[in-house]
Order: sequence, then C-alpha cells, then structure tokens
Amino acid sequence: MNQRTLTVVAVLLLLACALPFLVSNYRTFQFTLVLVYAIALLGLNILTGYNGQISLGHGAFYAIGAYTAAILMDRFGVPYWATLPVAGAVCLAVGFLFGLPALRLEGLYLALATFALGVSMPQLLKYHHFEKWTGGVQGIVITKPDPPFGLPLNPDQWLYYFTLAVMVLMFVLAWNLLRGRVGRAMVAIRDHHIAAEAMGINTAMVKSLTFGVSAFYTGVAGALGAIAIQFVAPDSFNIFLSIVFLVGIAIGGLASIPGAIYGALFIQFVPNIADEISKAAPWAVFGIFMIGFVYVMPLGVNGAIRMLLARLGRKAQNNRSTAGVTRPTINSPEEV
Amino acid sequence: MKLSLLPVATLLAAALAAPSALAQKKYDPGASDKEIKIGNINPYSGPASAYGTIGKVIGAYFKKINDEGGINGRKINFISVDDGYSPPKTVEMARKLVEQDEVLVLFQPLGTPPNSAIHKYMNAKKVPQLFVATGATKWNDPMNFPWTMGWQPNYQTEGMIYAQHILKTRPNAKIGILYQNDDYGKDYVKGFKDGLGAKASMIVKEVSYEVADPTVDSQIVQLQSAGADTLFNVTTPKFAAQAIRKAYDIGWNPLHYLNQVSASVGSVLTPAGLDKSVGLISTQYFKDPTDKAWANDAAMKEWTAFMKKYYPEGNLTDAFNVYGYMVSQTLVQVLKQAGDNLTRENVMKQAASLKNFELPMFLPGIRINTSATDFAPIEQEQLIRFDGKEWVRFGEILGK
Repeated sequence: MNQRTLTVVAVLLLLACALPFLVSNYRTFQFTLVLVYAIALLGLNILTGYNGQISLGHGAFYAIGAYTAAILMDRFGVPYWATLPVAGAVCLAVGFLFGLPALRLEGLYLALATFALGVSMPQLLKYHHFEKWTGGVQGIVITKPDPPFGLPLNPDQWLYYFTLAVMVLMFVLAWNLLRGRVGRAMVAIRDHHIAAEAMGINTAMVKSLTFGVSAFYTGVAGALGAIAIQFVAPDSFNIFLSIVFLVGIAIGGLASIPGAIYGALFIQFVPNIADEISKAAPWAVFGIFMIGFVYVMPLGVNGAIRMLLARLGRKAQNNRSTAGVTRPTINSPEEV
Repeated sequence: MKLSLLPVATLLAAALAAPSALAQKKYDPGASDKEIKIGNINPYSGPASAYGTIGKVIGAYFKKINDEGGINGRKINFISVDDGYSPPKTVEMARKLVEQDEVLVLFQPLGTPPNSAIHKYMNAKKVPQLFVATGATKWNDPMNFPWTMGWQPNYQTEGMIYAQHILKTRPNAKIGILYQNDDYGKDYVKGFKDGLGAKASMIVKEVSYEVADPTVDSQIVQLQSAGADTLFNVTTPKFAAQAIRKAYDIGWNPLHYLNQVSASVGSVLTPAGLDKSVGLISTQYFKDPTDKAWANDAAMKEWTAFMKKYYPEGNLTDAFNVYGYMVSQTLVQVLKQAGDNLTRENVMKQAASLKNFELPMFLPGIRINTSATDFAPIEQEQLIRFDGKEWVRFGEILGK
C-alpha cells in the first residue's frame, strides 16, 4: 500500500466515522447493513473472485452465522459481541467440510451443489427437531445491544461503529491474506490449476481452506446482520439472498477488496430505488440497473474507478510532457 | 397606508383566535389539518406476491375516500412499500415508514414472519401496527403488545367455532384431528380444544405431519383405524386435497371439517375431486364474489362498481380484493371516530372501541367488536357445506 492509497483509506474511514452524525437513525441502520453485506461479499469474493469457485449458496452460510448468533443470545444469554467468533468458527468448519467433497466438482457442478445448499437451508431451519433452538417458522427475536461504557450514542449509532470496526478488521485480515503466499496460491489455482499443482501447491487443501475462510466471512456477516435486524426466520434466508450476493460481487468488481463495498451499496440501495420507480415490476427495474452497470462497467465498479484514475493520471502526465518535462508516457492498458 | 394595514390586522386577529380552535386538535407525526399519512408494507414481489393485490386495492379505496373529500376533511396519504415477504426487508421498510416518512400508523403489514420481525420495534416506538394481515392468534395480546392488533378471524377462533358446532350437533362424536406440525396447526388445535372444554375427551386420536412429508395417507389410515367418525382437518392446500381423496378412497366417510385456509374450490377441492368433496364443512365471514347468491346484493354491486372505477385491472373473482376493501373500510371508521384527536394513542383507543360494527360485505349478522382487553376484531363466522358444486352457507353465526 503506497502513501496515496493510505491517505485515501484514512479519509474514507474518517468520513465513515462521521456518517452517523450526519444522517438519520434510519439511514445509519441502512449503512450498517451495507457494512454487513460488504463483509459477506468480501467472503464470497475470496472464493469466487480470487479462487474461481462459483457459489450459489452463500446465503446458507449467512443464515448459519445469523442463527448461531441468535441462538447463543436467545437461549444461552451470550453477549452479542461474543457470538461473532463462534458464528465465524461454525461457518469455517461447515464451509471446510462442505468444501472437501465439493472439491471434486468444477465450475458449473460446484455451482449446482452450492445452489442445493442454498435452496434447502430455509427448509432445514424449519425442521421440527431443531425447533427447540431455531423457533421454527416463527424465528427468534433478539434484543438490540445498548452502547457500553455510557457512550453518548444511540443503539443504532453504536451498532454502526461496532460493525464498522469489525469490517475494518476483517478487511485488513483479508488484505493480508490475499497479498501473501496463500493469496497468490488461490489466484494461481484460479488461473491454471494444473500449473499451480506443478508448482507444488496443494490445490485440494487450498481450495477447501478457501471455502472455509469464505464461509467464515459470510458467517460473521450473518451474525452481525441478525444483531442489526434483531430477528431471524427461515424466510429471511431464501435462495434469492445467495443470488443477490453473487450480483453484488459481479457489480462491485471480481477479485477486488474495495469492490465488496461498492457491491454492498448496490445490493442495499438499488432495490429500494427500483421499488420507488415501479411498484408493478421492481425486479424488472433492478434488472435494467444491473444490465446497465455490467454494460458500462464490465470490470465492476472497482475496475471502472481504476480505469478512470489511470486515464486521469495519463492525461496529467501528457500535459506535463507537452509542457516540456520529458517523461515516458504509458500507453499500453496492461500497465495500468 | 391604512389600506395595506388592514390585511395585517386581520391576520393578527386570526392568529389570536386560532389557539382556541387548535386546542381541540391533537396531532402526532403523520397527521395534520390537511392529511393523514398511512404506511403499509406488502409483498409486491417474491414468493407471496399473490397477496400484492391487497395493497393495491387498499390504495384504490383510499383514492375513492380522497375523491369524496377525505376523512373529516383530511386526505389520506397512503405510502405502500414492498418487502418481498422477507423479514429483514420488513424491518428496514418499517423503519423507513416510521422514522423517515413519519406515518401516523402502519396499516396491514402482511404475513406472520414479517410481522413477527417488527412486533417488538413497533411497540417500542409506540406506533400502531394496525389490523395486521395474518391469522395467528398472537396479535391479540393487548397486555404485552398494546400497539399491535389483528383483524381477520384468527385460527383459534375458527377452531373454536368447529368445536361449538360439534358440541351442538354431535355430542357423542369420536373426533380425529390431522394437523400440520407448526405454529399454524397448533394454533387451530388449541382453539378447537378450548372450544370443547371439558369434553376434550371426545378426541380419540391426534396425528400430525411435516410440511416436508410427501403425503398424509398413513395419517388418514391411522385416524380411521382409531374409530373416529368426525375429522378435523388442519392442513394446507396440497395436503388437504390428499386427505380428502385418501379418506374417500379407503371408504372412510367421517363428518369432515376443513380449515378455511384450504377451502378453495379451485386449488383444493377440484384436485381432490369435486364428487369426493361433497359434505365438507368449513367457514366464511364475508360475501364471496364468486357466489351467485350475492349477484343482486347491493353491497356486492357497490364493490363491483368501486373495482371497475378505481381498480379496473383487479380481478373480480379474487377474494383478496374484497378483503382489502373491507379492512380499509375498518380503518376509515377508526379514523372517523378519532375525529380531530389524531394521536397514535387515540387511534389505538378507537380501534379498541369498535362496537357492533358491521361492514356491507360481511355475511349478515357478523360484527366487529373490540375492547381494551380484546384485540381480535372479527370473532364470528358462518359454517358452509360443499354440495358438489359450491359452498352453501347454513346454520347461524357462530363465535363470540
């Protein structure tokens, strides 16, 4: 990370911190959901963007995380913050175990297997032998946490800061993971798994672990989402959620960390805009938005921003070179 | 100079006079001299979008009210949003309506899971969650949730009505119960047993099934071999059709009570076989638009005229369109009663003081009654029997 990127991140973080004091509680709540979705999308992006495995069932891990948090809080009186690592760990284990057999499946077949997981999750949650814990179709109502240490914040603002802190931590962890050896191994498997194996990468292990880590992220997001919404029910986690996640990473930008945030903004706000445009066919309007985004920004929002920055940079350099400063100009798009 | 001062003086005089007039008017957010903001959440998209028509017919009815001058001179500003039947979306939308749009009441949010998701929130915010569109009994809990009220007859009420009928007509019946093993099924069974009271020993066998089960064939056989001569059938449409067919096929011919959830001729009785459905008993509380007996009824004609003028794309055979019409009329009555005291507290108070309120589209004799301890508006229904072609009403109005 160079100096400039660091400054940009710092400024954005400051803006994010100021946000709850600039907007209403309702908007703060919406932005909390954006942060939650950003974590979930980052999880899916690690799997799909960096490792090339398509999952149509990440809504299921989100549900497992949400239910783990809700059950721990509701039945066992565990404080909300302590439920996050447990939710993450449960999802890590489930994701890893699901990843083991799923490894034998490539591309479309893996997508189908995960699709089955996503489709069956609401029914599993309604299963009556689990009802003691899950509350069946009625779901579980949980209490909103109050700000600790007598901080002068309302519960919505506190939850926003709490989620923001978790998100920053999760993003830093992901950044560390992805730029190192493990990250390079993931990308190598995505780009050419035979070559990766020839170079000594244990592809089976890396793929399973990636699945686990990805589920871990999504599970933590699910737990945070449950705390923000204060309610979990099987109907909250239908297959549509998984598909919306996939839409989010495609719109935000595959294999990019900031892309998760753009994608989260999209999946949180665009359906509401679509609903305001047309009550009769909100999802048709949503579809038009989606096609528009993909058409205008084929590399996702993150890709588009990078290209824009690169173009601006080039222009600035061109201007300087015409002013007499001799500098090599970059023309090939591969370099940006 | 004199001339230009005159209007100022008039204004001053008006301003001085105003407080006395304002003193009688009380407003909470969402209400003013000009308008009343009503929020609504409906599944216009998603798995339950068939219910979307309810939101549309409510909007159409409020347009009619506004065209006729509004309620006590105030126009209704109806803000209806889509939650796709997804509880997290319901929470977000309820917060939007309450905190951003600042509606006076949240009217008719639809579905048990979506309403459960906002139950606590609405009561913490003290904003009416009025006339929710679900049959669960838990909305009638004024002690713990004084800001939430149901509307339609709830499952327990209906179960109790069947019990009343059995006690009256077959005191020696041997009852078998088939129910779906979830809150919906248990709600019905509880009402039924409460209705039987001391005579609950009439129940010879209770069997349940899971939504995931392929059929209920074995359950029907179990009930028959237990010697039941009366069947209380608490099943959703697919299983109801299976149960009717199986009972007929094994030659078991009990007096068969079918819950209203599955009383649809098109989606239950036709697949089961109309000849096999003869003699089934269920309930009704409003005039069915497909029932020819009401073809010349004044209320039915008025509803049809309303539909043609304000909601021409709406389906004239869809009972949901009658439902939405009636529930809007109930809210209009509550707001009329509230007069110029349009606080959220007074709206709840008026909703809890409906006395013998009759709607034109109700079956004759059915009335809404509420009180500070009774948040279940409709608690009466009439029995109907299937004659092989259509449902025929019989007997008196049952219930409380």
